[in-house]
Amino acid sequence: MNLLKKTFFLTGIFFISFFITSTLVAQSPAFLIPPTEFKAFDTPNDAGETISLTWSASPNDSPDVFYVIYIDRDKNGAFEKEAIRIKSNTSYRTSAPEIYGYKKKNNDYHYVQIFPKKVFNGEKIDKKQVYYFKLAMVAGDTKIALDTAASASAHGNWLHTKKINNFVIMIILSTIILYFIVHARRNPDMFLRKIGGLDAVDEALGRATEMGKPVLFVHGLTGMGSISTIAATSILSRIARKIADYDANLKVVNNDPIVMSVSQEVVKESYLEAGRPDAYNSDNVFLVASEQFPYVAAVGGIMTREKPAANFFIGYFYAEALILAETGSTTGAIQIAGTDAYTQLPFFITTCDYTLIGEELYAASAYLSREPMLMGTLRAQDVGKGILIIILILGTILASFGLVFITHLFEAF
Amino acid sequence: MNFLKRTVPLVIAFVMGVLMAMQYYVPHKLSQDLLEVVSRWDRIIAGFAVFIGAYSLFHLHWTRIKRKVEGWGYSIFVYFGAIITLIFGFLNGGKFFWNDKQQGTMFDWLYYYVQVPAGATIFSILAFFIASAAYRTFRARTNESTVLLIAAVLVMLGRVPIGNYISQYIPAIADWIMAVPNLAAKRGILLGVSLGAIATSLKIIFGIERSYLGGGD
Repeated sequence: MNLLKKTFFLTGIFFISFFITSTLVAQSPAFLIPPTEFKAFDTPNDAGETISLTWSASPNDSPDVFYVIYIDRDKNGAFEKEAIRIKSNTSYRTSAPEIYGYKKKNNDYHYVQIFPKKVFNGEKIDKKQVYYFKLAMVAGDTKIALDTAASASAHGNWLHTKKINNFVIMIILSTIILYFIVHARRNPDMFLRKIGGLDAVDEALGRATEMGKPVLFVHGLTGMGSISTIAATSILSRIARKIADYDANLKVVNNDPIVMSVSQEVVKESYLEAGRPDAYNSDNVFLVASEQFPYVAAVGGIMTREKPAANFFIGYFYAEALILAETGSTTGAIQIAGTDAYTQLPFFITTCDYTLIGEELYAASAYLSREPMLMGTLRAQDVGKGILIIILILGTILASFGLVFITHLFEAF
Repeated sequence: MNFLKRTVPLVIAFVMGVLMAMQYYVPHKLSQDLLEVVSRWDRIIAGFAVFIGAYSLFHLHWTRIKRKVEGWGYSIFVYFGAIITLIFGFLNGGKFFWNDKQQGTMFDWLYYYVQVPAGATIFSILAFFIASAAYRTFRARTNESTVLLIAAVLVMLGRVPIGNYISQYIPAIADWIMAVPNLAAKRGILLGVSLGAIATSLKIIFGIERSYLGGGD
């Protein structure tokens, strides 16, 4: 019994001593190993509003230990303003591949960006102001600060060096496109593969003319800032021209007032060009609703009541795609859709007679007009696709052998 | 006239097109400010365009009511809804429209208890349309639609617990279909779309594609 008491007593003493020692050790500054290589520099490729800071990771990095960076405009200042406070196991160079790439040692260094203007909010600051930074490590009540201060000033850059890859690709593709445009002027008889959806336009318009029913052109939900809407207005122009020739009735529904204004002008000019300005009625190009589902309800109502002979769904569509196309399908209209919204393509393919998939939407204007210069761009697109396919195959082979530099070569920042 | 209708818009399209394309590569503050200014112009134009849109809407429905065309009764509801909304918008919960917008007014009530449920109702129809579209597509009439049917059944089963209950391989096959053939097709479409968008942009910037100005040439 006595031995048992002694054992309990000694065990108790051991645990209490261990707890006190570990607490003291944890709070002691002597056990916080300060980071090294603390550097400040102007953040590259920015508008000139941030300064980047980096330093080596410490063995003490943990969620309970913090890094605090103090900022001052004077080298000998008090460094009382806290610029940022982060957990010491966060914010590594890996979060900034645009600066440090994908090196393995990026995990050994911390990286943060400071917005001095936000820190000195409301204060008047000179554009060329040099800022000084001091780094401190904080764990509970213990704090150790590096003696040396790092300094830098923020400058705006005139070229985003990490976008040079993008710029080079753009120049190459643009050169190819412009070359084929010029080439097409000299060789107007260019072969174009058949696009079923566009060949069916004449059939759809002819049917509408014979039946004496209108043709309904439905714009997508995006505004004139969207390239697919611009492509849609180009197609509308070609369709309106043919409708004016056929003396059929065209109705264009819109959900954006600017798109509506452009569409009115486009249709009017097409009628004028066809020598039928009297047949143009601005009331046939109208705004039905600016919200998504009211737009669907209104267009669905028009389809059900007026039963158009042909429906064109051209542009960028969201969830309304299937509701519109299914409603049109029940009315028995010939339906031709064209969209670059790949999430909606399966719905259009399912419910429409013909669907222009992705790039065919952009090819439509050239295909319908048969203008040599426009057709040249189609050949250029094919050449561009050929180049991309070669790069993809090359990248796949290299990646299979563990060489991933080609992946980073085409990376966008 | 042709100068104002053709040349000026083409020059504006060229200058702004090149400027905004280059803006993407210049991170300097002046470049960011330019983008902000142009975006503000866009918002201002969009603000004015609302009046054109409202005029078009009311003019269309007034004509329908006047001519008593088929379904003209629905047009009365357009006016009814617009007038009610305008009245409660101007009243602004008794504080009137020249004060800041008040919360919990009849205007809010109309939005939350009329417009939102009406929109949700239309959206819910989508479920039925998906079913009918799926029925038409999945009828295995050709080899392609048979492949589509099998892939769709596997993906659907792989996404629900019963798929795993039938076989542990079904969720894995579903994941593979989504991650490999589906993603490959999606990326193929996206590459084509991107090239098409670049080509269209260049055609507009260099004035080769002019049909968006009205007319073909």
